[in-house]
Amino acid sequence: MKAYLTRRYKFCASHRLHSPEFSEQENRRMYGKCNNPHGHGHNYKIEVTVSGEPAAETGMICNLADLDGFFDREIMPQFQFSNLNQLNAFRNVVPTTENLSRELFHLFRDKFRLAKIERIRIEETMMNSFEYTDDGQLRPVPNQEVYDG
Amino acid sequence: MVYLTRRAEFSASHFYHNPQLSPEENRRVFGKCNNPHGHGHNYTLEVTVAGEVNARSGFVIDLKDLKEIMAREVLDGMDHRNLNEEVPEFRDRIPTTENLAIAIWNRLVDKLRGAKLYRVRVYETDDLFVDVYGEA
Repeated sequence: MKAYLTRRYKFCASHRLHSPEFSEQENRRMYGKCNNPHGHGHNYKIEVTVSGEPAAETGMICNLADLDGFFDREIMPQFQFSNLNQLNAFRNVVPTTENLSRELFHLFRDKFRLAKIERIRIEETMMNSFEYTDDGQLRPVPNQEVYDG
Repeated sequence: MVYLTRRAEFSASHFYHNPQLSPEENRRVFGKCNNPHGHGHNYTLEVTVAGEVNARSGFVIDLKDLKEIMAREVLDGMDHRNLNEEVPEFRDRIPTTENLAIAIWNRLVDKLRGAKLYRVRVYETDDLFVDVYGEA
C-alpha cells in the first residue's frame, strides 16, 4: 500500500517583501509591514512529504536518516539564519512563503533521489501556512462512487 | 462530501530489526532503532472518514461508533503493547510508522458502517507522521 511520510523541520530566516514591479507607494500598500526596508524574520516550520510503497526489507519509504541528512546538508546551511532576499533563488523573486514553498519543493525534487517528493508545507507563523505540489493534487481525491455506497 | 476526523492516542514499544540482514547491516540501516531492548512512543492516531451527511441524523458517522471501532480494532491490541512481540502484523514485518499506518488501515477499512475510511494518519512524534489512503 502506498504511504506518505511527512517530516517536520524548522529554520529561522529574515526577509523583506518588495517587488521592483511596483512603485515605492504601491509596495507599501501591497506588502504593508512586510515592506519595511530593514526586513523582519520568522521561525519557519517546514513539512516535507515523501511517498512510496514501504520496502519489504526495511519497512520504510526511505531511510529517515537520509532525509534528515539531506535537510542538514542541503537546506540548513543555505537557509538557517539567512536573509532570504540575499539567496540566489530570490534575487528576482519576492521571498513570500508561496515562493519559498515552491523553491524548497524543487530543491528536494531535484536533489533528493531516494523517494518521491509529494509536497512541501510551510508554517510561516502559527496563523498561516502554505502547501505546494507540482502534481495538481495535494492529496488523493476520493472516488465519489465508492463513497456513495 | 464531509470529512470527519477522530483522534486517539496509544503508547507502544518497538524496535527495528530484519533477521535477513547481518547485525552490522541492521545497525547501519536502523541506527538507534535497532536497540534490541526496544524503545517507545506515544502514538497519535487520526482516522478520517468521508461521506454524505445523513439527512435524519446530521451525521456522516456516529462518533460513538467510530470511537468504539477504533478502540476495539486498534487500541485494545496496540496500547501499552510491544508491537514486535504482541501485534500479529509485525511478526514478519518491521513495525515502522509506515507499516503501522498500513496495518491500522487494514484493520479499519471494512469495519465502518455507513461511511468510508478516507485516511489513516499516525504520528510517531510531533515531527514525524505517516498518511495512508488505501491506494494500491
